[in-house]
Amino acid sequence: MPSSNDWINNPLGVVEEMFVQSNSNPEWEAKVLEYFKGKLKEKQAYSWIPSLNDVPLHYLKPNSLVKFRCLVQDMFDPEFYMGVYETIDPSTKAKVLRFGKYKDVTELRCVPHLQVDLNSRNTVTAERQTFYCVPIPGETLWEAFLNHSHTYARSSQARVVPSTSYIPSRQKRSYEEDDEMDTQPQKQREPHTGGSPQLHANGDSKRQETEAPSGQTTSPSNASSPLDLNFPLPGERGPACLVKVYEDLDSFKLNDMLEVYGILSVNPLLSVLCEEKDPSASLLDPTESMETPEEQRAHDPPASLVPRLHMLHARPLQHNNPLLPSDRAEDQHAFVSSFMVEMASVRAEFLAYLTHILLGDGLAAEYLLLHLISSVYARRDVLPLGKFTLNLSGCPPNSSFTESLHQVIQELVPCTYRLSMTLHNMNSLRLVPRKDYVANRLVSGALQLARNTSLVLDETRLEQGQLDASGVQNITALGNLISWQKVDYDFNYHQMEFPCNINVFVTSEGRSLLPSDCQVPLQPQVTPPNLEEYLSTVHKAQLTSQINKFRVYLSVAQTLDYSISDEVTKAVEDDFVDMRKDDPQSVSAEDLHRMLVVARLLSLSLGQTSLSREGWMRAKHIDMLRRTRSQPQTTVNGNEP
Amino acid sequence: MSSPTSTPGGRKRNRNDIPATPGSIGSTSPPSQRRRGQDSSNADLPAMPTSPATDIASPTVHDTSLFSSPRRSVLPSEVDMSSPLMYGTPSSRVEGTPRSGANETVLFREECTSTVFDLQTVASEPSVGQKLVIWGTDVNVGTCKEKFQRFLQRFIDPTSNEDENAGLDLNEPLYMQKLEEISVVGEPVLNVNCGHVQSFDADLYRQLICYPQEVIPTFDMAVNELFFERFPDSILEHQIQVRPYNALKTRNMRSLNPEDIDQMITISGMVIRTSQLIPEMQEAFFQCQVCAFSTRVEVDRGRIAEPAVCRHCNTTHSLALIHNRSAFSDKQMIKVQESPDDMPAGQTPHTTVVYAHNDLVDKVQPGDRINITGIYRAVPMRENPRQSNVKSVYKTHIDAIHFRKTDEKRLHGLDEEADQKLFTEERVKTLKELAAKPDVYERLSSALAPSIYEHEDIKKGILLQLFGGTRKDFSQTGRGNFRAEVNILLCGDPGTSKSQLLQYVFNLVPRGQYTSGKGSSAVGLTAYVMKDPETKQLVLQTGALVLSDNGICCIDEFDKMSESTRSVLHEVMEQQTLSIAKAGIICQLNARTSVLAAANPVESQWNPKKTTIENIQLPHTLLSRFDLIFLMLDPQDEAYDRRLAHHLVSLYYQSEEQIEEELLDMAVLKDYIAYARTYINPRLNEEASQALIEAYVDMRKIGSGRGMVSAYPRQLESLIRLAEAHAKVRFSDKVETIDVEEAKRLHREALKQSATDPRTGFVDISILTTGMSATARKRKEEVAQALKKMIQSKGKTPAMKYQQLFDDLRGQSEAAITKDMFEEALRALADEDYLTVTGKTVRLL
Repeated sequence: MPSSNDWINNPLGVVEEMFVQSNSNPEWEAKVLEYFKGKLKEKQAYSWIPSLNDVPLHYLKPNSLVKFRCLVQDMFDPEFYMGVYETIDPSTKAKVLRFGKYKDVTELRCVPHLQVDLNSRNTVTAERQTFYCVPIPGETLWEAFLNHSHTYARSSQARVVPSTSYIPSRQKRSYEEDDEMDTQPQKQREPHTGGSPQLHANGDSKRQETEAPSGQTTSPSNASSPLDLNFPLPGERGPACLVKVYEDLDSFKLNDMLEVYGILSVNPLLSVLCEEKDPSASLLDPTESMETPEEQRAHDPPASLVPRLHMLHARPLQHNNPLLPSDRAEDQHAFVSSFMVEMASVRAEFLAYLTHILLGDGLAAEYLLLHLISSVYARRDVLPLGKFTLNLSGCPPNSSFTESLHQVIQELVPCTYRLSMTLHNMNSLRLVPRKDYVANRLVSGALQLARNTSLVLDETRLEQGQLDASGVQNITALGNLISWQKVDYDFNYHQMEFPCNINVFVTSEGRSLLPSDCQVPLQPQVTPPNLEEYLSTVHKAQLTSQINKFRVYLSVAQTLDYSISDEVTKAVEDDFVDMRKDDPQSVSAEDLHRMLVVARLLSLSLGQTSLSREGWMRAKHIDMLRRTRSQPQTTVNGNEP
Repeated sequence: MSSPTSTPGGRKRNRNDIPATPGSIGSTSPPSQRRRGQDSSNADLPAMPTSPATDIASPTVHDTSLFSSPRRSVLPSEVDMSSPLMYGTPSSRVEGTPRSGANETVLFREECTSTVFDLQTVASEPSVGQKLVIWGTDVNVGTCKEKFQRFLQRFIDPTSNEDENAGLDLNEPLYMQKLEEISVVGEPVLNVNCGHVQSFDADLYRQLICYPQEVIPTFDMAVNELFFERFPDSILEHQIQVRPYNALKTRNMRSLNPEDIDQMITISGMVIRTSQLIPEMQEAFFQCQVCAFSTRVEVDRGRIAEPAVCRHCNTTHSLALIHNRSAFSDKQMIKVQESPDDMPAGQTPHTTVVYAHNDLVDKVQPGDRINITGIYRAVPMRENPRQSNVKSVYKTHIDAIHFRKTDEKRLHGLDEEADQKLFTEERVKTLKELAAKPDVYERLSSALAPSIYEHEDIKKGILLQLFGGTRKDFSQTGRGNFRAEVNILLCGDPGTSKSQLLQYVFNLVPRGQYTSGKGSSAVGLTAYVMKDPETKQLVLQTGALVLSDNGICCIDEFDKMSESTRSVLHEVMEQQTLSIAKAGIICQLNARTSVLAAANPVESQWNPKKTTIENIQLPHTLLSRFDLIFLMLDPQDEAYDRRLAHHLVSLYYQSEEQIEEELLDMAVLKDYIAYARTYINPRLNEEASQALIEAYVDMRKIGSGRGMVSAYPRQLESLIRLAEAHAKVRFSDKVETIDVEEAKRLHREALKQSATDPRTGFVDISILTTGMSATARKRKEEVAQALKKMIQSKGKTPAMKYQQLFDDLRGQSEAAITKDMFEEALRALADEDYLTVTGKTVRLL
């Protein structure tokens, strides 16, 4: 058996060995999987493997085992490949069996004139599928940074600034465009981006987005333009990857978060193969003409830009918070139960922190906290349960308040994205993913997000004006997302519904034009003369260890189970009937829906996994508070003549 | 049988031998079938090359002594005369230039018979005690041909209901009639249903599926032989081609796997892209620049070997390709995407490349839903001449043999066939068991949108809508189709889960469309004409109503719809058609869709003091087209509240398993509805008709007592539809009295909710049919008269102040008079030409 490091540095060698040993018994495939699974189970094994997310591609050894934390952005058609093939030496007629699994190209070991015997009887054709994977969209800095240092701390390359070579498209950006969109002052961003300035900048060029579709519709002349890596969010960067999947094809779904362990393939031959087709050859070869240049580029980008990863093992991620142990279920259980003790105290601290951020408004802070731990936990026919869209109204317009708020959220949750709902953005952004039949791929949109991503919609940026057709579609898509937690992907001839689980937080001046589960008007208790300064001092006052606690707190609260006992059910029912008795107009079924969600989140936020009578009363109480607050506003907007 | 000397034709066809020669089989497609052949898990495939019977002619025997080598090459070439790669190639290529008329056919016959000759020599070999098979298969050409001819001559399918067979005598051999048709029409294509072949000769079917490349040309030969024997004088454009379809092998694109390579498959999908026509060179024509000697070179696997030396004058490199004398065939690349119904949730649809050849080119357009029968191919990526490495991936495609559009009849007539889901016997049994339960109606209605509480009657109404009435055709008597679809309008307070109900229905039915009145325009609902930027062709793009033909169109925020958009609904909701007259396209599309609409009251809350019309401000012409109008109001009573609370709370803590169970329910419900819609067509029985008549007469009577009309024929039609739908729910072929009772009850409930006159408390159908209740009309009249009287009492004043008049009237009248009423009265008097209103003054005339 190979030595301990071999399976990371030379996994193909390990596979080869097993293949030879097996003597063309098809069981070798299962053996390989078992071997790697076993190896990965070993303690710390995960952390030995370099991650494609953190280490620049050119520092990784080709054909070594790497891991990649990613989102399945698109699924290509299945392809047939030579699972086993035979090479033949024309001079000696010697035939050797080889395997094609986990490889892109048949390898002939540099022996001149060695040929693949295409007519061999021993050839086994097998099926695999390619997934186009991108780094998890909206991954926040702390998240990436922590993951980074956790997994690769020992390496001296840990802090290497990524080379620009693998993100060429990102460099070609007009800066005026940037300035226009990005109202956020540079100095504001600095304290947060301190660690690794290269990684992520929010609100970055939207232009990228609008360019992409027009680029695809124009024909081959476009072929020289930089490759669009098809990230869901504008301004994202990082490696995209073509993951070749061999087993359990059906178990993967679009938008799944995965940690893929696989063999990295950056064989330069791949690029050569697709570039060397001169036009005259393609005229004669019928198989060539069926792919448009766009399709070629989308499906076979140069390996130096989009590496191939041959999957050996994949771990679906429930969350991507590096502070939580994600390796094994038992670990997680132990961790969660140990943390439960602390829950209440952390909650209090956290609430105090949020109150400061929200200018001393305790109620809004409470609701924001509930919103941050919400998650769709089930669906009843079309109704998603557990979603809790929060509309924070009364945000000061034309100030950086909403941006600062987003920065705070960015520090807390693993994935987030702030969509500034300017008229221009609404009209020009592509929110809904769309199938591009010319390139045969799913062109991503900003709503293609991983589960539990926090989406902050900044409505304070919306001004009066004309929405065009795509603007209306975008607003409708946002509405659908909020009400049904689904996005209808545009497949041109039909639409396809993809359920999602995105926490939507709308900041607005008045009541939002989008639907929401719950609207809280902000009532600032303090009015600092310089809002920015105030927020940044509050923000800086928090210790990293404390922030880390908050981060863990949010992720743990999201994963807890919850139940309601029969006794409490009865109490809730009675309560509801009583409320209706007093004033039937005041409480509707919808209110009950909301209160049940609030009660659930409130209990979970305290680390209680079942609803207590007190929990219910508390939920009722804060809902009452909130409603009295928003009452004056509703009469203004009401339809009373 | 003609003499062997007539072989020019036959010899020429040798060019087609590329795909069939043993070597090239391997090179054009991966030899995966070898692997498949070896493992015996696939039961219907016997060990490959050996023939089943005498087992003497193994490939090696074949290779060695039996034939001289030229003969050996003749066999596959002849067999492969129209292998699907070349499939449908017109034989005019024989001479490179097209010919016409009798001459051609004669030549064909020669070819045909010469083929026969060769093959029969081959086939006669068994007399020596050996059975010959095509290399790599177990197909014996002679036997195969014989079997197929027998099939053609004897196959009878008395139960056939395919539309293609319309006009044929079902008790005569089906395909012989089709041949006769060919001789009359002159279109030399014979479509053969593989299902027929299977039922006639399972072994032949298996061969057809496994070795289509060899078997289909054999079928071609058999058919041509038979045809020219029967109709010796026929003149055809080219030889008859057999086009099998409906291979039962594969239905779903997702289930294609390496084992299907080189087999015949049928898949369904939607065309997403078609390429332009690709002329593919079949034979290159070279001419020597020195001596003008010409030669032809066949294309071998996409390459042409340019002759280096002229055979005639021995000059090197003197031959030049003459393009317009080379032979080309048509080819088109078509991309097909998996149809949305076949896909598991959460995955993206797969696509497959299909090649169409010759006359199959341009048969389909993007957007068509088709069934394709073809041969699945996998080709290794082209080898790079400078590198010995090969990309280890194959390219796959399907060589199409037959297309069948599944939606082509949508524009004219019923396409029930395409809708027909295949139910397993088990499923049918469970469905029937369910139907036999006495409370099936209640069960189903409670399974509908379980997350929405109560509103039992509304759910029942929607359930009946899902089933629909029986379709009746009165077009012969000039009345046209009777609407079978039930339309429902839900109105009520905002936040009473109307949208949720709509969403649920939209997710439940296969052909549902969901639109919002706010966002949709008239064209979005109906259809519009678009010019394709590439082809400059006018294309009809269909909107939500047409797309939901045979389904349900859910329209949310019905009240927010613009006037012009609403107006198109008039035609759809009664005539069930949609007329288009745009950009030179004038047509009538079917839109047999049920409309499920939801509307909010104009004031944010439902005003119980007003009528339905006043509350939602929709034209009564439209309202009267809804069979059922339900109010979704908040009933304010304690028991209801309690149950509601219980329902909601349990919704929030039910475990995963319970949720699973419910999902299953939804699937059953889906199947139940689909089954009932397809197979159950209830008719009224005598008693039920009587009950309906009585019900109608009763409804008329109610109103007549108070001098109003309380029911119109439209209501009777609604009743009939509802009763039929209820019978469908019971899987009953007869509409019985209980159905009528339920229809009556539901109709009454809906009326009670929506057509109650708030002033009198009586149900008054005229609210819905004329937009105003009889009492309101009477009242209007009274106010107008009072006003007139008042003006007259004032004596001769030609002009009055508007406000003054209003105040006077108010002071005079006992009942409160609103401004609306006053204005209405003024309008009524203006209509009588008694006065005119200009701005703020009222003038007498």
